[in-house]
Amino acid sequence: MNTIGTGEKPVIHPGSLKRPEGEPIVRIEKLSIALPEGADRVFAVDRLSIDIHPGEIVCIVGESGSGKSMSANALMGLLPDLVTVAQGRILLGGENLLKLSANALYDIRGRRVAMIFQEPMTALNPLMKVSAQIEEVFEAHGLLTTRERRQRALDLLEEVGLPDPQRAARSYPFQLSGGQRQRVMIAMALALEPEVLIADEPTTALDVTTQAQILDLIRRLQRTHNMAVMFITHDFGVVAEIADQVTVMQHGQVVEQGTADEVLLSPGHSYTRKLIAAIPSGMANERPAKEKNATGPLLHVEKLSKTYFMGSGLFGKQRQVHAVKEVSFSLERGETLGIVGESGSGKSSVGRCLVRLQDPSGGHILLDGEDIATLKGEALRAMRRRIQMVFQDPYSSLNPREKVGRIIASGPIAFGEDNAAAYKEAERLLELVGLDARAAERYPHEFSGGQRQRIGIARALALKPEIIVADEAVSALDVSIQAQVLDLLEELKRTFNLSLVFITHDLRVAAKICDRVLVMQTGEAVEMGSARTIFENPQHTYTRNLIEAIPGRAKEARIAALASA
Amino acid sequence: MTRFLAGRLVRAVFILLVITVSNFFLIHAAPGDPAAVMAGESGDADPQFLEQLRERFGLDKPLYVQLGIYVSHVVRLDLGYSYRQQLPVLDLILERLPATLLLSLSAFAVSLGLGILAGAMAAARQGRLSDTLISLFALIFYATPLFWLALMAVLLFSIELGWLPGFGYETVGAGYAGFARALDIAKHLVLPAMTLGLFFMAVYVRMTRASMLEVSQMDFVKTAKAKGLRPRVIQRRHVLRNALLPVVTLAGLQAGQLVGGAVLIETVFAWPGIGRLMFEALSQRDYNLLLGVFVVSAAMVLLFNLITDVLYRFVDPRIRVAS
Repeated sequence: MNTIGTGEKPVIHPGSLKRPEGEPIVRIEKLSIALPEGADRVFAVDRLSIDIHPGEIVCIVGESGSGKSMSANALMGLLPDLVTVAQGRILLGGENLLKLSANALYDIRGRRVAMIFQEPMTALNPLMKVSAQIEEVFEAHGLLTTRERRQRALDLLEEVGLPDPQRAARSYPFQLSGGQRQRVMIAMALALEPEVLIADEPTTALDVTTQAQILDLIRRLQRTHNMAVMFITHDFGVVAEIADQVTVMQHGQVVEQGTADEVLLSPGHSYTRKLIAAIPSGMANERPAKEKNATGPLLHVEKLSKTYFMGSGLFGKQRQVHAVKEVSFSLERGETLGIVGESGSGKSSVGRCLVRLQDPSGGHILLDGEDIATLKGEALRAMRRRIQMVFQDPYSSLNPREKVGRIIASGPIAFGEDNAAAYKEAERLLELVGLDARAAERYPHEFSGGQRQRIGIARALALKPEIIVADEAVSALDVSIQAQVLDLLEELKRTFNLSLVFITHDLRVAAKICDRVLVMQTGEAVEMGSARTIFENPQHTYTRNLIEAIPGRAKEARIAALASA
Repeated sequence: MTRFLAGRLVRAVFILLVITVSNFFLIHAAPGDPAAVMAGESGDADPQFLEQLRERFGLDKPLYVQLGIYVSHVVRLDLGYSYRQQLPVLDLILERLPATLLLSLSAFAVSLGLGILAGAMAAARQGRLSDTLISLFALIFYATPLFWLALMAVLLFSIELGWLPGFGYETVGAGYAGFARALDIAKHLVLPAMTLGLFFMAVYVRMTRASMLEVSQMDFVKTAKAKGLRPRVIQRRHVLRNALLPVVTLAGLQAGQLVGGAVLIETVFAWPGIGRLMFEALSQRDYNLLLGVFVVSAAMVLLFNLITDVLYRFVDPRIRVAS
C-alpha cells in the first residue's frame, strides 16, 4: 500500500510543465507543512509544488490523510493551531502569503482568495439569515452601504441559480436543502470576485444529481469570472468532469502531476492506477439470475409504508411525511438487492423497517412466509437474529467504551450463547473479515474507518443472520477502502449464502455489487430490474437522470475503450 | 405563537393543580398538625382544647374534604388564612414577595451578565493567565458552600471594612425616603445578591467558556474566517451567539429558583423575603401559609419556564419554525 517504501518515483507528465502564457496567479513552491510531534508522520504535506493559472481548474486528488485539504488550508492561511509551515513559499500574484501579517491576510481572505467547504449542512451559521451571512463578506472588507450589500446578496443568490432568491435571502440555513446551501456558500465565495477559489470537496456530501448541478455551476462561474480554481477531491469521477490539471497526492507527497487527460488516460504511478481502478465503473456486470426458491422468496415485502408524524403536541397541527409509500419487492436466497435513491427518497426508512428498528405504518414483510412487520416481544427478538444491519457511519455505530470483542460477542450472548464460546467466535469472525484476532482486545477508536466497518460487518455476522441490510455501508470510506469492503461483502455473501439488501445513493457502487436494483424517489419505487437492465436500459426518467448525473461517465467510457483496445 | 402560548398556559395550570394537590398530601403526611403545635406552645395540651382548635381550623374534617375546600379556594386565588399570623396568606406573601424578587433578580442579572462576560473572556484567551485565573475563581465559587461565602463576606466587608451593611433590607428607623431610601436598600442588597449570584455565575463562566471553545471548532466559524472577518467580530457574532444557546437553557433553570432558592441567603442576611417566611411557616406548622408559599413558588417556576421557552424561540430560529 505504501509507495514511500517502494521508492516509486513521482510521475510528472509534460502537460503539467507546458502551461498557458503569463504568470500563474498561485504558485506553491516546495511547500512542507509540519504536523505536531507525536503524529503518525512528520509532514502533512511534503515539498508540494503547484501552479494555478487564471481560468484554470487544478484538482488535487487523494484519499483521507493525503494532505490535500491541508494544502488548501495553507493557501487560505487557515491551518489548525499546532500545524506549521516548515518550508516553502505560497505566492499569490507574486506576493508570499506566508510572510504577510495577520491584518494583511484578513484583507486577502474573501476578497482575493475565497473558499467553499465539504459540508454545506454545517458551513453556515445556523442562527443567521442567509442574506446577512452574504452581506457580511462586504462588511468584513468595508465595502458598500447596507442597502447595496442587501441588493448584491440578492443578485448573487440569483446568479448561483437559487429558484426563489428573495425567499432564500430571508431564510435560515436549516430551511434550505444541502444543494441550496452549497449554492449559498458559492454565492458568498463569489461576492468580491476573488481571483482564486478553493473548493474543498464541495460535492462529496451531495446527491449525485445535485453534485452534477453544483459541478456545472462551478465550471460556469469559473469561466465567466475567469477564476483560478483549486479543487480538492477524492473522486476521480469528479476529476474527469471538471479538471484541467491534476495533482495526485499520497501520504503528503505528490505522486503524479499532469493534465486531466494525461493522468486519467495514461496514469503512470501505481497509486493513481489503483485509485482509478477502484472507482466502480458504473457498468453492471452480467450476473446469472438467482434460482427461484420453490417455497417462494426468502423475503417478500408487500406495500410497505412508513409515515412520520411531526409537530404534534396538545395544540400543534400535525404534519405527516410519507417517507415510504406502498413499496413492494422480494429478495431471493443468496441475492443482493440494491435500493438506490437520493436523500429523502425513503431508502433508509425501508432498511430500518426491514430490521424493525422502526415500525412500518402499513404493509407486510414476509420472512419465509411469516409476517414480521407486526411481530412483538419474544417473537420479534427471535426474528432479529435472522436480519442484521451494517450501518453507514463506522465512527458512531460502535460503542466507544466497549472492546471490539465485546461488541461482537454481546449479540450471541444476549441470545444465550456461552460467554467463552461467543468470544472465541468473535475472534474467528475478526479473522474472517480480514483483521487480527487480537483486535478483540482493543477499542474502536484504535481502528481506521475501513477497519471499523469490517468490525461492523463481523458484528452483524455474529448472529449468523440470513439477511444483512447494509445502509450506505461504504459511503463514508475512501474509494480504495470502499473497493476492499465491497469485495469482502461479496465473499462473505458467498461463504454464508447470505442475502443482502444494499442501500446506497451511489449508483456506481450499486452497479458493482447488486444483482437487482430498486430505484426509489420521494418514497415510491419507480423502477426495478436486474442491475444490467437498469444501467443499460433505464425506463424511468428519474433513473435516467440519476445515471446521467454520475460524474466522469464520458471519460470513463473513453478509459474503458482505451483499456480494451 | 398564540397557539403555542395558549397550549403552554393550559398545561401550566394543570401542572399547578397537580403540584397543589401533591403538596397538600405531603404536608399532611408529616406527623403533628398546627393545632398540636399551638396547643403545645400555649402549655395547655388538654384533648378538649385540641379538639376545639381542630374544629376551628377545619382540621377535624376528613382529608379529602379538606383538600376539596382548599383547592376550591386556591382556584379563586384565595390562599386561606394564617391563624398563626392572624393575616390572610396572600397578604403575607405579597408583602414579602418584592424583597425576594429584588434579591433574586439582582443575583440573576449579576450572575448571568458577569458569568457570560468572564466566560467569553476566558474562551478568547484560552490557555493564557487570565483564562487560568477566571477558571480558577469559577471553580472556587462553584465548590464553596453558599452560607460560608455569605458569612465570610459579612465578616470582611461589613465587620472588618465597614463598607456595606451586613444584614437587613434597609436601615431601620433612619426615615429615608425616595432616592435616599433606594440607595440605602441598594447598599443592603449588594452582599446578599453577590453571594447568591456567585454559584450560578461560576456555572455560567464554565458553561460559556466550554461552549464557546466547542463552537469555535465548528465549520461555520471557518467559513467566517474565510470571509476575512476579524477575530473579534467572529467571536461576538458567530461564536458567542451560538454558544449562548445552552446558557439560556440553564438560565431558565436558575430562573425557576428565583422565589424558593434564596432561603439560606435570606436567613444569613436577615432579608425579609419569602424564603424566611417559608422557613418560619414550616417550623410553626402553619399549613395554609406553607402551602401558599409552595403554590406561589410553583407558579413562578412555571412562569419563568414559559418565559425561557418564548425567549428560546427568539434566540434559535430552528425552534420557532419547527414547532
